[in-house]
Amino acid sequence: MLKLGVPSKGRLMEKTFDWFGARGVTLRKSGSEREYAGAVDGVDGVELVLLSAGEIPRELAAGNIQLGVTGSDLVREKLVNWGSRVTELAPMGFGGADLVIAVPQGWVDVDTLDDLDAAAAAFRARHGFRLRIATKYHRLVREFLRDHGVADYQLIDSQGATEGTVKNETAEAIADITSTGETLRANGLKILSDGLIHASQATLFRGKRSDWSDVQRKTLKTLLNTLDI
Amino acid sequence: MPTSPATLKEARRLRDHFAAQGAVVVKADVLQPADLLLDLYGEDIRARAYLTADPLRGEMVLRPDFTVPVVQMHMETDADPARYTYSGKVFRKQETDENRANEFVQTGYEVFDGQNPAAADAEVFAVIAAGLAGLPLRAATGDIGVLMAAVKGLRTTEDRKAALMRHIWRPARFRALLRRYGSGHVPPLRAALLAADDPFAQAGPDIGLRSREEVTSRIAALRADAAAPPLSSDEITLIDAILGLRATSTDALSMLRDIAVDMPAIGSAVRRMEARLNALSLRGIDIDTLEFEGSYGRTSLEYYDGFVFGFYASDRPELPPIATGGRYDALTARLGQGRAVPAVGGVIRPDLALEVGKC
Repeated sequence: MLKLGVPSKGRLMEKTFDWFGARGVTLRKSGSEREYAGAVDGVDGVELVLLSAGEIPRELAAGNIQLGVTGSDLVREKLVNWGSRVTELAPMGFGGADLVIAVPQGWVDVDTLDDLDAAAAAFRARHGFRLRIATKYHRLVREFLRDHGVADYQLIDSQGATEGTVKNETAEAIADITSTGETLRANGLKILSDGLIHASQATLFRGKRSDWSDVQRKTLKTLLNTLDI
Repeated sequence: MPTSPATLKEARRLRDHFAAQGAVVVKADVLQPADLLLDLYGEDIRARAYLTADPLRGEMVLRPDFTVPVVQMHMETDADPARYTYSGKVFRKQETDENRANEFVQTGYEVFDGQNPAAADAEVFAVIAAGLAGLPLRAATGDIGVLMAAVKGLRTTEDRKAALMRHIWRPARFRALLRRYGSGHVPPLRAALLAADDPFAQAGPDIGLRSREEVTSRIAALRADAAAPPLSSDEITLIDAILGLRATSTDALSMLRDIAVDMPAIGSAVRRMEARLNALSLRGIDIDTLEFEGSYGRTSLEYYDGFVFGFYASDRPELPPIATGGRYDALTARLGQGRAVPAVGGVIRPDLALEVGKC
């Protein structure tokens, strides 16, 4: 069996079902609404597994599923050397969101990473600790800031309501996912002009493990033909 | 992975070799207080440190290196000169290459001696080289002190020099700053901000810990910077020449002395390098073949501020350096509460030394 992992609820699941449906492969939940099992019509040998979008990268890398739909941001954040563990088969054109760095609108002197870095240096000298950036995307943010030579910051873990951390004074800036920027603005924040870390969208991935059976490889080929990828 | 008996044996051999130079054997706690320590390391190690919370002691870190704890220990004594050796595991997350170990043994040698820094530099290098004798290694050396002296000597504002000093460790940003200071260009958004009667007209609410007064004082700093004349292209060329330097130590010294004619600020750093090369010669190191790179050491530990070196496997470019070290005078000043002791040290990875020896 070729196991296909799909987000288990919400718009992401519906959009994924629509995307496959439009390409001749019907995905549906089997049994009651609460069960996380599913069925696939249109291609033989494919099994639907419903998982939380955040678990799909790890399950792909571990080989527990062979295909998976999840955000490209999650794959980059959760998998070390993601490119050696999974392959992008198709960007799916929905679930778009940008991982960005945002600072208070009152920081009229800060528009770029260059400014952020200078502000961080002065902040550290003044307050005695490094400027705090709240995020749940530690790896992506750290790599981005390192590549751009930003110093004197520290990452603070925030798993939810990240936009509120600045107002609550548990962080000075944030790095978070946004689709329109509206929530950021409503919370008194603005996006740095060069602060786009990653433009994410829902993407179909395949795991790169070498232990696939010939049947699985054949099934993938048939599926990709049907999907016209 | 548990340390293999062979690695332990090699670590012991190296520690005995260092002790035979008169070094006192010391130990350090595996769990170290995180706050002070992590500020002293560079971004690379900071990101790779294993942090854990202790209900009584606050945030702790699994020892990512020995130098800082050894300096702390030394600064509480009055011994001078002093030599120390240690051997034990350090812990660093590997975020990109799963084939690299995340815990490994380091065996080190640290010298605190203010009398003759050049001799101390040469001693540490030569003692480490002797510990690795017979292995197919190539040595790389550099001198962060030359670059720092060049930055300090630039004819520009103190703010710009401070910003460049801060980014010595981040070559890309350092270069970007240098270019910006040289161009005199003010980006349109910045120009609009500086020209505004009320910069805060569209500012939105004041939130967070960074106050309006802090923003105002940075705007003042930006105005001063915009008014400062651009950095001369001659000076940028000289800095580029230092950074691009790649030659044998003897040739590098000669080139740096040429540069010092136009940039007298690096004179004393170059004289220190000359004294070090003489001291290395006295210890039997061939300085006519020893490589020197003007940029070497800029992406390693941020506490090095003088001589830096590393030993690499000649035929195994994929291996991390087998040994690394350098001078860290400023670190002792930060940990010494006003007291500073010139210090230099280095570490060998016994596991890698064995691996290279097998080929």
